[in-house]
Amino acid sequence: MHSVIRIILQRLALGLLTLFVVSVVIFTAVNMLPGDFAQAILGQGATPEAVDAIRKDLGLDQPPVTRYFQWLGGALQGDLGNSFAQANFASFVGADSGVRTTVAQQIAPRFANTMFLAAVTACIAVPVSLVLGILAALFRNSVFDRATNVTTLTSISSPEFFLAYVLILFLAVLNPMLPSLSNIFEGMSFGERLEKTLLPALTLTLVVTAHMMRMTRAAIINLLASPYIEMARLKGLSPMRVIVKHALPNALAPIINVIALNLAYLITGVVVVEVVFVYPGIGQLFVDSVKIRDIPVVQACCLIFAAAYILLNLLADILSILSNPRLRHPK
Amino acid sequence: MSTLLTLALILVAVAAGGWVLRFAGQKASGNAPTFRDMPFAVAFGYVFGASLLIFSIWYFFQPTQTDAGVPNAGVVFFRWAVQFFIVSAIAAFLFRALGRTVGTKGSRKLFRQMPLTASFGVLVVILYAFTAVFAAWLAPHGQEEIFTKVNVLPGGNAATGGDPLHPLGTDQIGRDLLSRLIYGAQNTVGIAFVTTCLAFFLGGSLGFLAATLQGWLDQILSRAVDVLMAIPSLIFALLLMTIASAWAGSERWLLTVYMIIIIAVIDSTRVFRLARAVGLNIVVMDYIEAAKLRGEGLGYLIFKEILPNATAPLLAEFGLRFCFVFLTIASLSFLGVGIQPPLADWGTMVRDSAQFINFAAFSPLTAALPLLAAGAIALLTVGVNFVVDWMLHRSSGLKE
Amino acid sequence: MSALVEIRDLWIEGRSDETWSPIINGASLTLNKGEVLGLIGESGAGKSTLGLAAMGFTRDGVRISKGSVMFDGIDLITASAAKKRDLLGKRIAYVAQSAAASFNPAHKLIDQHTEGPVQHGVMSRSESVQDGIELYRRLRLPNPEEIGFRYPHQVSGGQLQRAMTAMAMSCRPDLIIFDEPTTALDVTTQIEVLASIRDIVEQFDTAAIYITHDLAVVAQMADRIKVLLKGDEVEEADTRTMLAQPKEEYTKSLWAVRAFERPQKPAVHTGATPVVSVQNVSAAYGKIQVLHDVSFDIHEGRTVAVVGESGSGKSTTARCITGLLPPTSGLIEFDGQPLPANYKSRNKDQLRQAQMIYQMADTALNPRTTIGNIIGRPVQFYMGLTGKQRRRRVEELLEEIELPAAQYYDRLPSELSGGQKQRIGIARALAAEPKFIICDEVTSALDQLVAEGILKLLARLQDDLKLSYMFITHDLATVKAIADEVVVMKEGKVVEQGPKHDMFVPPHHPYTDLLLSSVPEMDPDWLTNLLNERGVDNIGDAAVDKMS
Repeated sequence: MHSVIRIILQRLALGLLTLFVVSVVIFTAVNMLPGDFAQAILGQGATPEAVDAIRKDLGLDQPPVTRYFQWLGGALQGDLGNSFAQANFASFVGADSGVRTTVAQQIAPRFANTMFLAAVTACIAVPVSLVLGILAALFRNSVFDRATNVTTLTSISSPEFFLAYVLILFLAVLNPMLPSLSNIFEGMSFGERLEKTLLPALTLTLVVTAHMMRMTRAAIINLLASPYIEMARLKGLSPMRVIVKHALPNALAPIINVIALNLAYLITGVVVVEVVFVYPGIGQLFVDSVKIRDIPVVQACCLIFAAAYILLNLLADILSILSNPRLRHPK
Repeated sequence: MSTLLTLALILVAVAAGGWVLRFAGQKASGNAPTFRDMPFAVAFGYVFGASLLIFSIWYFFQPTQTDAGVPNAGVVFFRWAVQFFIVSAIAAFLFRALGRTVGTKGSRKLFRQMPLTASFGVLVVILYAFTAVFAAWLAPHGQEEIFTKVNVLPGGNAATGGDPLHPLGTDQIGRDLLSRLIYGAQNTVGIAFVTTCLAFFLGGSLGFLAATLQGWLDQILSRAVDVLMAIPSLIFALLLMTIASAWAGSERWLLTVYMIIIIAVIDSTRVFRLARAVGLNIVVMDYIEAAKLRGEGLGYLIFKEILPNATAPLLAEFGLRFCFVFLTIASLSFLGVGIQPPLADWGTMVRDSAQFINFAAFSPLTAALPLLAAGAIALLTVGVNFVVDWMLHRSSGLKE
Repeated sequence: MSALVEIRDLWIEGRSDETWSPIINGASLTLNKGEVLGLIGESGAGKSTLGLAAMGFTRDGVRISKGSVMFDGIDLITASAAKKRDLLGKRIAYVAQSAAASFNPAHKLIDQHTEGPVQHGVMSRSESVQDGIELYRRLRLPNPEEIGFRYPHQVSGGQLQRAMTAMAMSCRPDLIIFDEPTTALDVTTQIEVLASIRDIVEQFDTAAIYITHDLAVVAQMADRIKVLLKGDEVEEADTRTMLAQPKEEYTKSLWAVRAFERPQKPAVHTGATPVVSVQNVSAAYGKIQVLHDVSFDIHEGRTVAVVGESGSGKSTTARCITGLLPPTSGLIEFDGQPLPANYKSRNKDQLRQAQMIYQMADTALNPRTTIGNIIGRPVQFYMGLTGKQRRRRVEELLEEIELPAAQYYDRLPSELSGGQKQRIGIARALAAEPKFIICDEVTSALDQLVAEGILKLLARLQDDLKLSYMFITHDLATVKAIADEVVVMKEGKVVEQGPKHDMFVPPHHPYTDLLLSSVPEMDPDWLTNLLNERGVDNIGDAAVDKMS
């Protein structure tokens, strides 16, 4: 077992290292902005005193390396700095409202919403795609297989907003079954929340299921040509047993990977869907901040997305190592 | 709740139908192998498919208007979809038949083996390329031309708020939408194509170089790519676009150039991975060893020995990457940070006309507008994917 | 005695490029209870397809178009899928060529062993486990109590092949199909697998169809032999008759292959400078030492065969000579001059003088380059010939390797057969006009008749062009046919070396002896005699272990 633990520890270290380097990349990218933040916030007409004040407040007068570690240290403790949203700096131009929104305050509820959306989607998509993938592999080259192939290919290739509007058209406008706007707020009951989340979740499900299903099918079919599958068939086992008992355990690694990839996609790639449905998630916040160039928020969102992405891939990596009998049971 | 109940009832009915079908088949055919060895799932599938078909036909022939004169929008959309499906199937079939009779021996053979989906894909790609190249001749008006009539509804019928001069209507500042849709092919497809080529040039050359030389260059490039790929691509693109928009300032065309570069760089990481993997598979071949031992230089190795053997996977990847880039650009535009006005672009058109979808119940034609632009994006990516899917299938089949 | 399997006029087709082409053309065979039938033929003869058809099974893309397959009175072609599943594994079992690939890597051996009996309701799981251990013992597997609880990757190839035989026996079938069970194994390992398969088939009086391309192997195993050629039946007779008096021309030619042997050349002058001299070479992959102090000389116009089993360091030695793997110590001299260790530091002439021919012609020729360019490139690169001169030289070379130039010049490698591809590989080496050629297992991927053609070609070229060969092989028949001197390697060391006639006459180094005596001979009693000679516990792995 030693070697497995060693490999897993290596992967963990590598993941953390990647995360660290990614944070440097994000920080550097943001620091490539022309001029500096203070100027950018206040615009051309600002007095030099006001600019200086903001600069001091943000710590911009310090060297980049110091600022990076301050930012990283803060981020590790959950402090992602203050949002640039104009109100925060009203004090420097004379009109202090006294209220400051921190980035963390802005992000926290939205992050929860996005996670909820991702969870609902995953609950539908993962089982459905696994079952469909296994069925397609079992009845490969049948009418069913070809029909699912064309359907899934179509839904993968379409932009999310196309799928979203088609769903809105049929399920919200023509047959008003589900709300087309997902205005979620605190204190909603779980049922209401679910109902409002269902349409964006269905849109994401279409994309994600198609992808996972195809990969599951491909992973299994890939194995069906293996001699040990032929051996299993020549032992007189039923087709279902051949697939579930002999093909599936060996297809686990690619399937785990594709599930993780799609879960990562659910957390990070929801931007477009959230915008279409005006779903108050982190993706929507991200796009809004990009438009008004609210750098600390953009930076923080980016870091969260990258972290989620890296962690999920890391998890997939570790799970597929664990699913490999060669590594679990060394010679 | 009642919807769920209905669905459950339908499923039970279909399941029962499947059982009856198999049982009846066994009795009627004297236990022929077809019915004897039929798994229940297959019988279920047949009945399910048949019921779906019957329902579709029934629904297709429902009246398009209720007695009160209100359009039955569901039927209208369904008919459009079915008609589109049938027309494209026929077009694909005719196109394939044409390809089987004219052209060189090789191309005829290619068309003979082609499934209908792939020939549909090829047809779509050709049509889009044609539209993109000849947009200026095809479009009735210029893409930036502003007319006095704003917000003309589509349909070209003056009685319903349309104008025969503008079959698809005009937007809020009075530009002809049909022309913008056609020019969109040029802008969106053209920019995506340029971006993909750039990404391929970058990623491909570095990938092959890494595979051939290996050693420290490979290590550095691979680690750098690992890091860049650890940031989700759309997020990274949005982050860099924020910065680029600050750099570009009010020069909007410059932002488009930045976008091309940003997306090309982000996407070249994926191309790098593939090119390197494909290259590594080829580099271990004995004919490469033979060439190395002959004393051949790096250029000969890459261009004469490796590249000719990597074209098939690279071509397929080009299709996939193009789709990905195309969708990324469309998404960025849809989010308002992609291709900048006054250039016509499909993603922006979808965003601008999205609210029309709520009018579907009264005026299906108006509601179709955002779907038309989004559909134009979807159709191309679907087409390219159909072709790529077939290519991959073919190359994997050849190995056996 | 009633027939267990009765195949009548069976036609099988396979799909290629949307059309169906024949694989088996009207084969018939009868197999009685407890009888072993050997099916032999070259690749593409359809022996595996016929073997599987005897189980009522066809691979994807293959179909039975006509004929009948009766197993114990049951028509396997018209039987329902469920009925066939009931027979497979229970009354008809299969042993595949590569046990390493045919065991599911995700499950323990014993779990795969018990799956058949449990699913077919023959035994309970615990009974089957006990039975499995008993079978492992009878097949002389080490640690029979424990070995079943390992995963396939934890067990060696020869042991896996025996475990697979045990698995086939798990339901005590009436018939087992052995599909080239020892082809992937080294000779010393092959012996014990053959011996244990033969014993267990005898003990349980199981009928078997033994498929192989190796005549000597089938002679040990089968009661009767059937010869196939490209889907057609050539002839069938009981083993001794078949070996002694084959009727058909094709069969006779198969038998005759083993007769090719070059005359012994006179001894080399003492003091002559060898073309290639390997002096005390050691090499390592990373930290793992793979070659230890290897030395031998290759003289002009001579062939040195380097013999050993997989992992013995034969190919690594070749990589050291070509400069792909610079040795950690030692020296390689060419014509008395030291060669730079790394091929990158060698000059064009040094590179030209030593050429290489590869085992797998498929990977040795660029699939996207025409034959004309494959051979033309070294002509242009080394000789500086271009245009018409180049073309003429390539045509000369094609004639040299007995392929009509006009027909082959513009073809791609994929349009050639395996033997033709190997000839192109030879032509490419000749194009450089070298003094020395390394032949790395050049015949091991080819059928015997084709391989013989290649060996004869190489021999003729050597006489015409005074070439020196280093011939890497694991096949002692090839050594006998072409070598002048032999170097025997084991675990990265030279065990013994000397002229060929000395090597094939005792006394030997014990490892050479083991290697030599393990090569199956065409005598049907060879295996029996060998086992009597060595004793059951002293064969294969066990013997190798004792030695080291």
